Amino acid sequence: MSLRTTPFHPRTGPLSEGQAWRRWAGYVVASSYELSHEREYHAIRNSAALFDVSPLYKYLVTGKDAARLLDHVVTRNVAKARVGQVLYTPWCDNEGKQIDDGTISVLGDQTYRMTSADPTLRWLHLNASGLDVKIQDVSESTAALSLQGPCSREILQLAAERDLASLKYFRLTSAKIRGIPVTISRTGYTGDLGYEVWVDAAQAVPLWDALAETGAPYGITPAGMLALDVARIEAGLLLIEVDYFSSRHALIESQKSSPLELGLGWTIATDKERYNGQAALDAERKRGPAWQFTGLTVDWDSLEQLYADVGLPPRLPSQAWRTSVPIYDRGGRKQLGYATSGGWSPLLKRYMALAHLGSEHAKPGTEVRMEVTVEHRRRQAKAHVTALPFFNPERKRA
Amino acid sequence: MKQYDAIVIGGGHNGLVTAAYLARAGKSVLVLERQPRVGGAAVTEEIFPGFKFTMFSYVVSLLRPEIIRDLDLPRHGLHILPLESTVTPMENGDYLVAWGDHDETRRELYRHSPRDAEAYDEYGRLMHFMAQAVKPIIGMVPPDPTSFAPGDLAGLLKLGKHFRGLGGERLHALVKLMTMSSADFLDEWFETDVLKATKSASGIIGTFLGPRSPGTAYVLLHHYMGELDGVFRAWGFAKGGTGAVSESIASAARSFGAEIRCDAGVSKVLVRNGRATGVVLENGDELRAKTVVSSLDPRRTFLQLLESSDLPSDFVQDIKRFKFRGSSGKVNLALDSLPSFTCMPGVGRQHRGAFSISPSLDYVERAYDDAKYGEFSRRPYMDIVFPSMIDPAMAPPGKHVMSIFVQYAPYKLNGGWTDAKREAFGDAVVNTVESFAPGFKSKILHRQVITPLDIEKITGLSEGNIFAGELALHQLFFLRPAPGWAKFATPVHGFYQAGSGTHPGGGIMGASGRLAAMRILKDGA
Repeated sequence: MSLRTTPFHPRTGPLSEGQAWRRWAGYVVASSYELSHEREYHAIRNSAALFDVSPLYKYLVTGKDAARLLDHVVTRNVAKARVGQVLYTPWCDNEGKQIDDGTISVLGDQTYRMTSADPTLRWLHLNASGLDVKIQDVSESTAALSLQGPCSREILQLAAERDLASLKYFRLTSAKIRGIPVTISRTGYTGDLGYEVWVDAAQAVPLWDALAETGAPYGITPAGMLALDVARIEAGLLLIEVDYFSSRHALIESQKSSPLELGLGWTIATDKERYNGQAALDAERKRGPAWQFTGLTVDWDSLEQLYADVGLPPRLPSQAWRTSVPIYDRGGRKQLGYATSGGWSPLLKRYMALAHLGSEHAKPGTEVRMEVTVEHRRRQAKAHVTALPFFNPERKRA
Repeated sequence: MKQYDAIVIGGGHNGLVTAAYLARAGKSVLVLERQPRVGGAAVTEEIFPGFKFTMFSYVVSLLRPEIIRDLDLPRHGLHILPLESTVTPMENGDYLVAWGDHDETRRELYRHSPRDAEAYDEYGRLMHFMAQAVKPIIGMVPPDPTSFAPGDLAGLLKLGKHFRGLGGERLHALVKLMTMSSADFLDEWFETDVLKATKSASGIIGTFLGPRSPGTAYVLLHHYMGELDGVFRAWGFAKGGTGAVSESIASAARSFGAEIRCDAGVSKVLVRNGRATGVVLENGDELRAKTVVSSLDPRRTFLQLLESSDLPSDFVQDIKRFKFRGSSGKVNLALDSLPSFTCMPGVGRQHRGAFSISPSLDYVERAYDDAKYGEFSRRPYMDIVFPSMIDPAMAPPGKHVMSIFVQYAPYKLNGGWTDAKREAFGDAVVNTVESFAPGFKSKILHRQVITPLDIEKITGLSEGNIFAGELALHQLFFLRPAPGWAKFATPVHGFYQAGSGTHPGGGIMGASGRLAAMRILKDGA
């Protein structure tokens, strides 16, 4: 196989019933293990789903100036974060356009782990000149599992033989699972109660076994990217290369977005010294971003009617789609923006989409039209702007 | 004294749906439930410590998607999980399975009959059209074919157009479904006996009929109409059991301002000058409302809550003729571990779906023979699911609950139901399962046996009929529950009916409750 497999592949490989794999950062990970991703999706919301998220890029940043470097790169305030905290953050180029987004875990005094979707080593080095800091690419040596769902805490508590009730949302702790040293962070990409477990790649397989065995009575279910994609849309979490393009990959200016345009204004610290993109972001904040990233709910009756017009029952996208779809005003003529992800929420019984809309049209409740293809013809379904996230259970933070 | 816009009698799912829609429209609404909890026959109870039983109804399919959306039930905790497969163990040790994956199912069927494997697709396509054909009927207030009122005529016209639009072939199929027995209907399509047996079983549920009795083909269709995410014939299991469905509707109703009072049985509806003015509770309290809605079955709605002098005598006669004839029982078990079935040994994905004990048409018909003469089936038809395999929170980790729907258990048992007869019925059920899954009995930690008499006592459903009145052809659409009174109004002004005993009735569907609310709002209550 020319693409790499992850350290969990000895376990995930045989589980794949239909050999459906997806590429992720030069690795292959399961699209779904069963023939349909349906049960894997429901495990996220009903019991516990186990994802292999090893392909994430991971960097260990240490040294006296580690916080200074990270603070220069990302928009969140890293210096203020305490040991045991995890920050979700975007980072920008000097024009305030988003390069990538990821997390920064404060593992210890002057010790940080940064995750990213794209390789970031060169960018970190470029920003580190003159700083007393060590940057290690630990992408291959660190494996990671994500355990998401209402039963995830119980399973991890049993596996780690300790109480995790005090581990709050976006906090981490070190622990041992069957003697294997791990870091457990209360993070994930599903908008549910969930954790990510970080481990030395050499110990990946025994960690998988420990979680799979402990979780069996709780209905733990290995799950792939198709299930994750539906859950992350419900959670209103954006995906690079789908919902936005890295400013470093964009070929034209209009392909770039700022965090303010992506609904990430809350991640931009106002209490720290100079960082990449600061001036541009300050100016943009003052004049107001041109775009907003928001949810859309497609009106059922409208969609049903479009299909009824040709004598069909509505066809629903049970797999999330990742294409650009035009959004029009209620008259159906003027284009207001475009949706970049969408799909049917089996939980909410709603057809949802994530969209970029001109700021003046992005107020929740605004009626718009979304293009849908019904029997080879372009039609428009009524939709309403919906505040994100679509699904936000109490247990996520409780 | 506070006067409500509407009082809804009965906090089952239909009563709650009516209340939620009325409250959503800004009405002040009070729901009165006799039991300590809402839900009626859709309740989940922890009968044995740590084990949650879906006491009566146990699966969800028919719940109308528009209700889920209108009331935003997922935000109130509703989560419907897929129930993918059905395994039918055969008496020779073989099996027939319908898996979630279409191709896999067809290959399985091919093993039994290559001919049937091909017919299966065509049959599925026809049933899809049939479900589509009756779908608009479910959502409409039944027009009275004997009336010349503009509303009725418009309804009949719409219906006529709809049926004409079906075209000859499909209309003929529909007429067949309306008149044939499920066995005969399936005979036209398939040769594999076990396939016909397991399919015909959905035609007998809740009826006092066998698979060879005419009229059962319609019930088969009724169960085909279940629609999840735009797909017909999709069955699901509600996280937390069917009680969670009721709780979510109750929560939605409360969020719209409805008040729900449990332990508040109603003894009478107050009627003055032909108009309902309120209710009297079992404790003697009187409550006033402009509109009173009963979600109880027709017998209790008209013969118990009202004086017969409040109603026209021919109507009273019609209601007295309305047939209930409860024929199903339920056995709920707490298990130490999952049973292994001879036909498919071990524990696996088969336990995440249903097991249908319907090995042959003769087996199911014989089960009916026992009931016809007043006995419970010695070897009954059973629909088995393991809710804890779908929602692990239903039982302690590693332990399981098993829900067994059983037919037949006639309400009018020879000599009447006694505690001893109930246990004998439970034994018949457990012994039959044991014959397909040896060693199963030793895994039982606790057993709950529910007879039709128990259903009646606990939920109030007359004669323990799970559909609040048989789903027989003469009791459907504009005849449900009585000719001339199928449009949710009653002969008493301001008094409405909203339960499963009205159109379209049956299953956790909520359509009756929704249509009743629409009618009440239209009447300007």
